[in-house]
Amino acid sequence: MKLSPSEEGLLEGRGGKGASRAMEILAALGRIHNAADMVPVLSVQVSGISYRNIGEHGLAFLEEWAGQGSKAVVPAYMNPGGADRKLWRSLGVSADFVDKQNRVIAALQKLGVKPTLTCTPYHAVPRPSLGDHLAWSESSAVCYANSVLGSRTNREGGPSAIAAALAGCAPRHGLHTDEGRLPTTVVEVRCPVPKAADAGALGYLIGRLLSHDPRGGIPFIRGVEPPADKTREAWLKALGAAMAASGSVGLFHLEGVTPEAVDAGMILMAAAGRHVPVESLEVGRRALFSAKGRPNVVALGCPHASLDELHRLEALLKGRRAKIPVWVFVAEAVRAKARRSGLGGRLETLGVTIIADTCIVVAPLAEMGVANVATDSAKAAFYLPSHQGVGVYFESQEDAVEAAVAGELGKAQGAAAP
Amino acid sequence: MNLAGRMIAKGKASGPVLKSEVPVGFFGHLDCDTGVYKEAGHPFDGECVKGKVLVFPRAKGSTVGSYVLYALKKTGQAPAAMVLRECDTIVAVGAIIGEIPTADCVDIAQLHDGARVTVEDGEIRME
Repeated sequence: MKLSPSEEGLLEGRGGKGASRAMEILAALGRIHNAADMVPVLSVQVSGISYRNIGEHGLAFLEEWAGQGSKAVVPAYMNPGGADRKLWRSLGVSADFVDKQNRVIAALQKLGVKPTLTCTPYHAVPRPSLGDHLAWSESSAVCYANSVLGSRTNREGGPSAIAAALAGCAPRHGLHTDEGRLPTTVVEVRCPVPKAADAGALGYLIGRLLSHDPRGGIPFIRGVEPPADKTREAWLKALGAAMAASGSVGLFHLEGVTPEAVDAGMILMAAAGRHVPVESLEVGRRALFSAKGRPNVVALGCPHASLDELHRLEALLKGRRAKIPVWVFVAEAVRAKARRSGLGGRLETLGVTIIADTCIVVAPLAEMGVANVATDSAKAAFYLPSHQGVGVYFESQEDAVEAAVAGELGKAQGAAAP
Repeated sequence: MNLAGRMIAKGKASGPVLKSEVPVGFFGHLDCDTGVYKEAGHPFDGECVKGKVLVFPRAKGSTVGSYVLYALKKTGQAPAAMVLRECDTIVAVGAIIGEIPTADCVDIAQLHDGARVTVEDGEIRME
């Protein structure tokens, strides 16, 4: 693979040991994927930062890298860590865990990565645009950036994203290239998909259908449209997050909706080899239901919620106080906005806790006393049983909020519970 | 005899081959303190990887596997080198940050358990 003189310089150590290691990682990944060269990236998002996931060895590595004196040369943002830096104590996280998590964050800050601590940087920092090259790594953020914004990023790992931040570039292959963005499979949807949770169930099924696609599945989805109202963005976010979780999908095209499927739809479709129908979401909804008892909390904001979604939650509560605690996960920037406008305070009096810096998937739920959750997130419903041993009532946000207010589960789901 | 490969992580190291015909998972299987691999029914089950040249078709499992290779280096239990048919991101990153000489695109059928080999910048020399 071809490196520019400045990239060769980094490799040889002209940018310090940290940048040299970064370039060595990027060059090796470029060779593995037959990349022609490096592409400059506009921004970086670093995942794999929850102490719960990376443990002492991950922390030791990050501290060593941070000690080598190199810094990010492009804007770089952190994915959620394991604890809300303000509310951790009241949420039951141990001081020991928070200490380790803070060391991870400090090491990354030393490397020049900003503590946005969110999986939805597009709700917290300037949005990238159509055609912008990025090196993002959290799976739902990657899927949203590629599909909805039309930006171009591969699914980077934690270390390779840090490497991209230090070098300002990433190997040009896969989703950075035109041919790497062509769909592999046409998905014909033949059932209604009205709500964000339904989009999540659809995304989960699509991910399952595509998980064995050899070059990484890229669906071209037809027969369905997101709602035209303010829930549109949440719907698209839920769809992508779910297929990223169940099928490692980094890009979807939605006919007539996503930027690359508006103009070139038919050309894209012709490139896809396989057609599969989705006749019903029921199989997906059932597979995502794993609760073993009454939920301790209703968890919303996976991926992190926007300010619009917080307003919608207030509208759904209609002034009623929740009997089951409602946790909604957001970026700190979104929480700060909500607090300034008074929305945050109003939600809190209704039994809602707005949690930042972490999320339901990566927080240490066992030490927080969570055994079962109700959620509208197919992504959370996919990960929680296997990663955290937590059972999930998967239902729409409307039903989850009604359950929280009533202090019991919705009738339909309650009847389905084992 | 020499075998051509593609360099993943630079450096030179020698050791006896420890070979698996099936994918190897680092996270959850390798004990970083002892270097012993544990997976019932796996060719590496009960074997210590320290100082060995690990030969396997490809890796499997969590991305945290990169940090396991780094940790093995720090505890002194790391393999001397790794030789694969097909290297993925997890092993590549782990090999570089753990400074374990590694090559892929290698015809691993030529390599047998116990044989002494040297891996240097992507090339494999059999003694």
